[in-house]
Amino acid sequence: MRAYKVFAIENGTVIDHISKGCALKVINILNLQQYDQIVTVGINLESKKEGKKDIIKIEDKTLTKNELNKIALVAPDASINIIKDHKVVKKFKVNVPDEILTTIKCNNPKCITNHQGVETIFNKVSVSPLKLKCHYCERIVENSEIHLI
Amino acid sequence: MFKKKRKTTKPNFKNRDIISINDLSKQDIVYVLETAKKIESMDIIKKSKLLKNKIMASLFFEPSTRTRLSFESAMTQLGGEIIGFADPKVSSATKGETVFDTIKMLDVYSNVIIMRHPLEGAARVASEATGKPVINGGDGANQHPTQTLLDLYSIKKTQGRISGLKVALVGDLKYGRTVHSLAIALTHFGCKQYFVSPSILKMPSSICAALKDKNIDFSLHEKIVDILDEVDILYMTRIQKERFGDPLEYEKVKDVYVLTKDMLKNAKKNLKVMHPLPRVNEISVDVDTTPHAYYFQQAANGIPIRQALLSLTTGVLK
Repeated sequence: MRAYKVFAIENGTVIDHISKGCALKVINILNLQQYDQIVTVGINLESKKEGKKDIIKIEDKTLTKNELNKIALVAPDASINIIKDHKVVKKFKVNVPDEILTTIKCNNPKCITNHQGVETIFNKVSVSPLKLKCHYCERIVENSEIHLI
Repeated sequence: MFKKKRKTTKPNFKNRDIISINDLSKQDIVYVLETAKKIESMDIIKKSKLLKNKIMASLFFEPSTRTRLSFESAMTQLGGEIIGFADPKVSSATKGETVFDTIKMLDVYSNVIIMRHPLEGAARVASEATGKPVINGGDGANQHPTQTLLDLYSIKKTQGRISGLKVALVGDLKYGRTVHSLAIALTHFGCKQYFVSPSILKMPSSICAALKDKNIDFSLHEKIVDILDEVDILYMTRIQKERFGDPLEYEKVKDVYVLTKDMLKNAKKNLKVMHPLPRVNEISVDVDTTPHAYYFQQAANGIPIRQALLSLTTGVLK
């Protein structure tokens, strides 16, 4: 067995317990391709809870609330570890907020948000499975149908 | 010992927007229906002055016959004034003005705003642009709450109650907004619901899931005759040609449901046939003369319901 599957970081954020196969989605929504510090990604790591999981470690980065909300939408079971001097100083689960502002595009082509520059608002219907309802056209979107702006 | 009287608070509708049937509680719905009944039996002189000095803005960004005329007649009968347009070509929407800006500007012109718009969610946007009450007269395929309220009023009027009735919804259950809203509204009253449609036009799973969540008894069928003799309300709808991308698909289902007088031979005496209109061929004209036909009275019930909403939201009735 290798000593490290994913390198430890000195300072930054670890996004753990990302559902298997969802790490790249998280990379995309956080736009980490453009990030200029080290980002390490582990896919299909062993997990006691889930069997397999993905993990992302981001050097020298603190996530904003908006970024945390976005992670919750593509990886609702993810947990966040804040690392300082190689130690976990804070650990918490991401949380799908009751109301999500301007983050999701309504996939109803007749929704007013797609025509008149109205900012989207989605309300949480359920977490598992993840279902969100457009505040304007009342269309419900589920998991894979959720398109982030 | 005296039993403590349960305090019931009346819902407050003053300045309240009527955008979606999902925003209304059972108590709200019952209160609107009671107010409609009160207005229907009101002294005609008193009624003709009820909304004197009130102005209704009637904004129809999409053509409408029944809804617009019903609102305008309702307001006129209560002595109120009407401004607005029935043709979007005469509004500044043609110049690219957004719903938000149009409504914001109208804020000072009227006491209540009625709006129909082809975009879904337009009524909600309008309600956020003004402090005046906005009543949704239909926003695309989304909501048409006054239709649902007049449907419930018609059921109550003909059956004396809504609770515990057996209600069948027939036709295009996939795209029909009236049947979606009615199915949800009926959950407040514990009605058994029968969904009758061709398999390609089935009630959406989101509506079925909402009924399951509330433990509402419902069943799916493909033939009217399977349920006709046991229901109290038969709510027919038109198969909407404009919803089909493929005309062949429409041809397959367009004549699936045609209710005739003969089919009603063994129906319950109290059965009423309803329809949001316009009908094409789904109710044969020979049904019109049976005591079961109620669709034209149903449309007429739009007047007291809309009068109730206009009077409550402007705060004239409390």
